[in-house]
Amino acid sequence: MNLVRATRAELDKIFSTRLWWILALVMFVYVGSVAGILAGVFGSLDTSADPTAPVLDMSEIHLIIYSSASAIGYVFPVLLGALSATSEFRHQTLTPTFLANPRRGQVLGAKLIAMAVVGALYGVIALISSIGPGALILSLVGQDARLDDGNTWILVVRVILAMALWAAIGVALGTLVPNQVAVLVIVLAFTQFLEPILRSVSFIWEWTAQVGQFLPGSASDALVGWSVFTSLGMMTTETVALEWWQGGLVLAAIAAVAAILGYVTTWKKDVT
Amino acid sequence: MAAATTIDVSQLSKAFGPVQAVSDLTFTVEPGQVTGFLGPNGAGKTTTLRMLLGLVRPSSGSATFGGVGYHDLEQPLAMVGTALEASSFHPGRTARAHLRIYATAAAIDAGRVDRVLTQVGLAEHADRRVGGYSLGMRQRLGLAFALLGDPRVLVLDEPINGLDPEGIRWIRGFLRELAAEGRTVLVSSHLLSEVQQSVDRAVIISRGRLVYDGTLAGLEMSAKVAVDAPDRAALLSALLAAGARVDPTDAGLIVKDIPAADIGAIAQRAGVPLSLLAAQQAGLEAAFLELTSDEPPPRVGAHAAPPVEGAQS
Repeated sequence: MNLVRATRAELDKIFSTRLWWILALVMFVYVGSVAGILAGVFGSLDTSADPTAPVLDMSEIHLIIYSSASAIGYVFPVLLGALSATSEFRHQTLTPTFLANPRRGQVLGAKLIAMAVVGALYGVIALISSIGPGALILSLVGQDARLDDGNTWILVVRVILAMALWAAIGVALGTLVPNQVAVLVIVLAFTQFLEPILRSVSFIWEWTAQVGQFLPGSASDALVGWSVFTSLGMMTTETVALEWWQGGLVLAAIAAVAAILGYVTTWKKDVT
Repeated sequence: MAAATTIDVSQLSKAFGPVQAVSDLTFTVEPGQVTGFLGPNGAGKTTTLRMLLGLVRPSSGSATFGGVGYHDLEQPLAMVGTALEASSFHPGRTARAHLRIYATAAAIDAGRVDRVLTQVGLAEHADRRVGGYSLGMRQRLGLAFALLGDPRVLVLDEPINGLDPEGIRWIRGFLRELAAEGRTVLVSSHLLSEVQQSVDRAVIISRGRLVYDGTLAGLEMSAKVAVDAPDRAALLSALLAAGARVDPTDAGLIVKDIPAADIGAIAQRAGVPLSLLAAQQAGLEAAFLELTSDEPPPRVGAHAAPPVEGAQS
């Protein structure tokens, strides 16, 4: 199978340079810190003693903490995917790539599949990092880590799926914007600044909330089911939320549209 | 390695926007010999090679391997080995990983990776990151990539650039060896002197057009000779009668495409004593320069250019 070979070659590309584990390491530390802090803060909140404390459904607090694997960590598979695509342009490795396999659509498909696999791996790493410190600190402050909760394991599977889709979105973005610096700026500015603002603002009115749930970050949180952004009662309007599978479809559609646009605008162009 | 294959370029043209990079290029490269693909920088060599390799889409015409385009090759790397500019590497990847990735993608046996690394003399540096390689080592790695599939056809773009004298001697011998094994070898260069010791034939282009296609010996013939006699009129008529192309100048007659010895013989037969007989420019390099520089520079811009496209259609 040509696609299998092409995918194996793309996986080898990812694992034969250092970027994948450097980003994974940063993600591990970042997600672990956030999950640990959330567990420490919310785990020690005593809602009965302090009437001004936000009303929290403490039965789901462990899920909110564990979901930071994707709610906080999703930017890392996007970055890895985008940088792996742009490095092909930057280092002119599209030349040997297309010489070895002139079927460019197949190469792009293999890249998306390979990166989704690595995105799933990132999901596992991020989950270890959110559940590890999260569960430990919940236990230390006297809460139940709820590792026996079926929802915990539903969340695990959905986080892995979300991280795989995010990695594919990264590849698609990288082909659409082949300039490495530009794509870095776009990814960071959108995920860390623009989208959080848009999501907060979209909850003000009903119709903006309807649109806002299709923002990639909202769709991702819908797919996972719990998120520090949506489940903490900050958004008091009646939140319209997508079903988990609808959230997954929105992410997949974003990846597909961006990949098709990238294929048409850069991937099939002359390699000079 | 399977049966021999030609490279067939037919009426190949490529325009990048308003710039005509390659115009109506036709030539054939035969197996069993080294063919030089020559022309000054910017003549369209790399564009031509990239069209041959399916990396750049021709505006018109075709470039194939015995009639099969690169996209339609069963196993591209096993048919055609390619070394383009020496910069198509991820600097953070080792040479071994670089080759292994493309061997995987092209369904080439993984054992070939070590073989070609040894063949080009990089075996002991195989696990170093390519970012630390010298230009010469990158050239060798480029060549290793070309040899990966044990191909019948080799297309090498400026493979001698950046090599040290020892490396140049090595690659010359290597090219001859590959051709002697019956492979088709096409080597581009902007310097004739770089390849004249290793090529059998030359395809020369200038400003995207073919200006010479033939043997190196034939190329030397195309040099100019200055000749003069006290009776210049008699000499001129003798040369014209012999079918020579002659340019009369103040300093004497300039004869094209006839070796000096033949001109002397023509004069003797006509009984015209000569006062001057000199090959005006010496050797291949001069002929090459003559071929690639005697056209006027192309005019740029809509106002200056004649309506070529309308005339062609």
